[in-house]
Amino acid sequence: MTQAEIKLCSLLLQEHFGEIVEKIGVHLIRTGSQPLRVIAHDTGTSLDQVKKALCVLIQHNLVIYQVHKRGVVEYEAQCNRVLRMLRYPRYIYTAKTLYSDTGELIVEELLLNGKMTMSAVVKKVADRLTETMEDGKTMDYAEVSNTFVRLVDTHFVQRCPLVPATENSDTGPPPPAPTLVVSEKDMYLVPKLSLIGKGKRRRSSDEDATGEPKAKRPKQTTDNKEPIPDDGIYWQANLDRFHQHFRDQAIVSAVANRMDQTSSEIVRTMLRMSEVTTPSGAPFTQPLSSNEIFRSLPVGYNISKQVLDQYLTLLADDPLEFVGKSGDSGGGMYVINLHKALGSLATATLESVVQERFGSRCARIFRLVLQKKHLEQKQVEDFAMIPAKEAKDMLYKMLSENFISLQVGCL
Amino acid sequence: MASRGGGRGCGRGQLTFNVEAVGIGKGDALPPPTLQPSPLFPPLEFRPVPLPSGEEGEYVLALKQELRGAMRQLPYFIRPAVPKRDWRRLPRELRIRVRKLQKERTTIILPKRPPKTTEDKEETIQKLETLEKKEEEVTSEEDEEKEEEEEKEEEEEEEYDEEEHEEETDYIMSYFDNGEDFGGDSDDNMDEAIY
Repeated sequence: MTQAEIKLCSLLLQEHFGEIVEKIGVHLIRTGSQPLRVIAHDTGTSLDQVKKALCVLIQHNLVIYQVHKRGVVEYEAQCNRVLRMLRYPRYIYTAKTLYSDTGELIVEELLLNGKMTMSAVVKKVADRLTETMEDGKTMDYAEVSNTFVRLVDTHFVQRCPLVPATENSDTGPPPPAPTLVVSEKDMYLVPKLSLIGKGKRRRSSDEDATGEPKAKRPKQTTDNKEPIPDDGIYWQANLDRFHQHFRDQAIVSAVANRMDQTSSEIVRTMLRMSEVTTPSGAPFTQPLSSNEIFRSLPVGYNISKQVLDQYLTLLADDPLEFVGKSGDSGGGMYVINLHKALGSLATATLESVVQERFGSRCARIFRLVLQKKHLEQKQVEDFAMIPAKEAKDMLYKMLSENFISLQVGCL
Repeated sequence: MASRGGGRGCGRGQLTFNVEAVGIGKGDALPPPTLQPSPLFPPLEFRPVPLPSGEEGEYVLALKQELRGAMRQLPYFIRPAVPKRDWRRLPRELRIRVRKLQKERTTIILPKRPPKTTEDKEETIQKLETLEKKEEEVTSEEDEEKEEEEEKEEEEEEEYDEEEHEEETDYIMSYFDNGEDFGGDSDDNMDEAIY
C-alpha cells in the first residue's frame, strides 16, 4: 500500500466511523495481520475500544479474522475494500437507474450497514419509502421484497458467508472464532419468507430517545415477540457485479462515441448475453453467433439481419478491436475483446490526462513514447515534428512530474 | 566579511566560489537582479477540467454528502470517550449514575433495564446541562439500546460496569463513576432559566 492510499483510507475511515475506528483500521493496514492484544498495545487504545472498533470494521467487511494455531485469532484489514467506500454513491446511483427508488434504498441500506438480514432490509426500506409518500399511502413489504429478489437474481446482492452448522455441540469448548463457510450454490438463494406488512411512518412518539423524560421507558415489545424467520442469513452488496456493470457501461459508451447508437446497442446486447456465461476476469467473452445476437436484440430495434451483419463486420474491422470475429458458423461468431477494450480505454484516459495537464503538443510526444515504448531524444524531435528546444523542455516537464521516466542504456 | 576584505585588493566583483561552475561563463552578462521574491504560485497554463456536471454527476455528489452525514448518525460511528474528571472538585449533582458492565466481544447482551425513576431524573438533569457533544453520546447510547434486539454483531455504545464492590464500601455508588458521562461545565445548551 502506498502512503497516499493509506492516507486516503485513514480519511475515509475517519469520515465514516470516527477517530477510534480510524486508528485501529490504519494500524492494521500498515502492519498486516495482528491479534487483539497486540493491536491494543501498539495503538495505546483500551481493549474495549479496540473490540468495538474491530466489530464495526468486521461488520462492514473491512477486516477479516482467522484462527491461527493455539487458538489465537488474528485480524487483517482489507485496504482495497476500504478504498471502495469512495464508490458508494456510484453503486447507489446504478441501483437507482436499474431498479428505481426501491432498489436504490435497498443497496444504500446494505452499504451503510455492511450486512443485514432480508427481513430487516425490507422493513427499513418500506419505512423509508413510506415517509416520502403522500399521507395515507404506505409501501407494501411485498413490493420491496420483489425488488430485493430481483437484485439477488441479477447478482447485485449476495449472501454473506455462513456460520457452519455444528453437528455435535459437545465436542469440547467452542472455537474462539467461527470459520465462516462460503457456499457457492447458495450464494443467491433467497429464503422463502412471507413478509407481510406495510411501511410505517415514523411517529412522533418514536423520538423519545432524545426528548422528554418519562417515568417508565417503554420497551419495544413488538419487535421481541416475533422470531426473525431468516435469522443468521445475512446479505451484502456484491461489489464485483457493480464493477462489471461499470465496465460494460464504459465499453458501450466508448463504442457509442466512436461509432453510433446502433453499434453500441449491439455491443450492449452482446455483453448482456455474456453476463452469465463469461467469468468477470476473462480476456474475451464466449463466442456469440450472429443469429443469436439477432434474436436477442431489444424489442424496439427493427434492424434486418443483413444490417446487423454489416454492423458486426464493421465493428470487427475497427482498428480498436473491441469486437473480434472468431469463426464463421451460425452467420459469424463474434467475441468482445474485454481486455483489449479496457486497455484502449485506459490508454485514452492517460492521454487525456496528459493533454489537460501539459497541452496538446506534450500529448503528442506522450502518445509517441507510449506507442514506440522507447525513444531517444533525437527520435522524439523527429517523429513529433517539434523543434529540439521545445521538445527538450516538454520532455523535462513530463519527466519532473513522473509521467515519463529515463532509462539509461549502454551503447 | 574577512575574505571580502582580503580579496579587495585582487580584483573587483570577486566572489568566494568559482562562478563558472554555476553556468555563467566569463564575460557573459549576469542575470537581471531579482527585486522581489518569486511568486508563491507560478501562473497556471492549463486550467483543470471542470467536475462532471449533468444529472448523474450532481446526483452522485449529493449522495456522497448525504452518506457522510448519515454515517455519523449510525451506531457504527464510535465517538471518542470523554476524559476522566476529578469528582472531588465538582458539584455532586453533575455526576451521572451509570452502571457499567464488562462484556466480551462475542457474548450477546440483552440487559434488562427496569425503569428507574432516580436514574431518569439524573438523566434529565444531565440532558439540560451537558455539552452538545455529550448529548450526542447519550443520544447515541439510547439509540443503541433500542437496537439491541437487532443484529447480533452490532456494537453497543453504552457501557455497564459491574459494581462488584456494592456491598463492601461505605461510599455511594456514584463515587466510583469514572466520569464517562460527565456533565459539562459550560452552559451552552441551558434550556431552563437561571435564577
